[in-house]
Amino acid sequence: MIGEIDPTIINLTVFVLAVFVGYHVVWNVTPALHTPLMSVTNAISGIILVGAMLAAGPAETDWGVWLGAAAVTLAAINVFGGFLVTQRMLEMFRKKDKKGS
Amino acid sequence: MSANTVALAYLIASVFFILALKGLSSPLSARRGNQFGIVGMVIAVITTLTITKNWALIIVCIGLGGAIGAVVARRVQMTAMPELVAFMHSLVGLAAVFIAIAAVNNPASFGLPETLPMGSKLELFLGTFIGAMTWSGSVIAFLKLSGRMSGAPITFGGQHRVNLAMAIIMIGFGLWFFFSATTNWTAFATMTAIAFVLGFLIIIPIGGADMPVVISMLNSYSGWAAAGIGFSLGNPMLIIAGSLVGSSGAILSYIMCKAMNRPFLSVILGGFGSEGGAAVVGDGTQKTYRSGSADDAAFIMGNADSVIIVPGYGLAVARAQHAVKELAEMLHKKGVNVRFAIHPVAGRMPGHMNVLLAEAEIPYEQVLEMDEINSDFSNTDVVLVLGANDVVNPAANVPGSPIYGMPILDAYKARTVMVVKRSMAAGYAGLDNDLFYMDKTMMIFGDAKKVVEDMVKAL
Repeated sequence: MIGEIDPTIINLTVFVLAVFVGYHVVWNVTPALHTPLMSVTNAISGIILVGAMLAAGPAETDWGVWLGAAAVTLAAINVFGGFLVTQRMLEMFRKKDKKGS
Repeated sequence: MSANTVALAYLIASVFFILALKGLSSPLSARRGNQFGIVGMVIAVITTLTITKNWALIIVCIGLGGAIGAVVARRVQMTAMPELVAFMHSLVGLAAVFIAIAAVNNPASFGLPETLPMGSKLELFLGTFIGAMTWSGSVIAFLKLSGRMSGAPITFGGQHRVNLAMAIIMIGFGLWFFFSATTNWTAFATMTAIAFVLGFLIIIPIGGADMPVVISMLNSYSGWAAAGIGFSLGNPMLIIAGSLVGSSGAILSYIMCKAMNRPFLSVILGGFGSEGGAAVVGDGTQKTYRSGSADDAAFIMGNADSVIIVPGYGLAVARAQHAVKELAEMLHKKGVNVRFAIHPVAGRMPGHMNVLLAEAEIPYEQVLEMDEINSDFSNTDVVLVLGANDVVNPAANVPGSPIYGMPILDAYKARTVMVVKRSMAAGYAGLDNDLFYMDKTMMIFGDAKKVVEDMVKAL
């Protein structure tokens, strides 16, 4: 039966469930960390890197590959920039943690 | 790797992304959360490398992008976080458009049939137009936030009708692309171009003070763009990660709108700053207020049992965070219970003020959210308002006031209120603030940094 289902429907199932997960997880984020939340979600949306790698991946090189390579670069800025700046911010929330105790 | 192994690896990466967000529920687990996110990303990238060619090209591009990202992440000032975030949203949007174009050009590289099925075309259409709007909208948001473009709303007659007409035309071209038997580049390119323009037009009428909502909204869009590409490529990991980001941005937009008491739709339709500025003028009567010096204020605070500091964006503009930290430490040593009260829209983006205070090494245990601290104002000796105005305006409790219903910090309930301000000028909403004229209020005029430094000296 599963073989007869249009892949779009399966994708839709994943999508709806993921939105629910996102909704519940994000409401639990403490408001003090909303800025790091935004920068880490920035990094996570850099997952589009995977799509960019596929675009840059075919062996026969045409302009689509170069477009993919450009997308890889853009997405990589997001991934590295997002995770590193989040780490930097969270370090600030840690420092006092030691001092306070 | 077989397709099944790849799919399983992607599932593991997705779980790590969920754990990354879950970690942010407390500052104690947040760093591990971020590390989970990194692990997820590494798994995703390595897995994808096994199914692509052109390794050298890809790795060079990742290295190049990574180096740029690392430099930016290290150099950025914490006050400039909103700009950085807007900049990064624009990148996701542009990457999504590039990927969609590449997929239309060469569907086989994504495992799609050579002639794209209807479903894939629809998904590519969605991914492209959300991506294009995210890019151009974020570029405008970036320019406005970094002051390279005026924060004032740009409006013109019939704006909404123009936007609507363009949206309809765009969908028309989308349908043409959708129903064409072969790859219809004309339709696809025109649709993409219109989506870019639409992104500009949607963001230019939104005023600078509404930027926290816009940033959150574009955060959400960038997630949906990633999810849209996930649909096109039939990649559940992209769909999951994109949806997490999309719902996160949507929730933050909702929180920001609620904190400003502004309906989401009216923020999006824009033009607020233009009406708000001149709408409310004082009633003409000269009200009296009491002003004092930093020394007086320091003396009163030094003898108080409890002090709550209400920081606003003006504090960050004056770069007074470190001076405030010293003040708090001094008072703390004198046995005063010092705490900070943060309004959700105190900074330029959600949670911005918390980061600015954390940067100044103010312990986060002392920094409380509006809901946590509002009931404590009534038994607090001194409230010190630094660079904030509308968020402590009791007019929000008066029916008929333009800001009626906006949640505020109940600073007016404290025994003594001190307000550090440059002048008696009205705040962003253009409203007079009754808090400044109360008998128990003392106004201290001057630059926030200077005043706070004087207070520290006096202590």
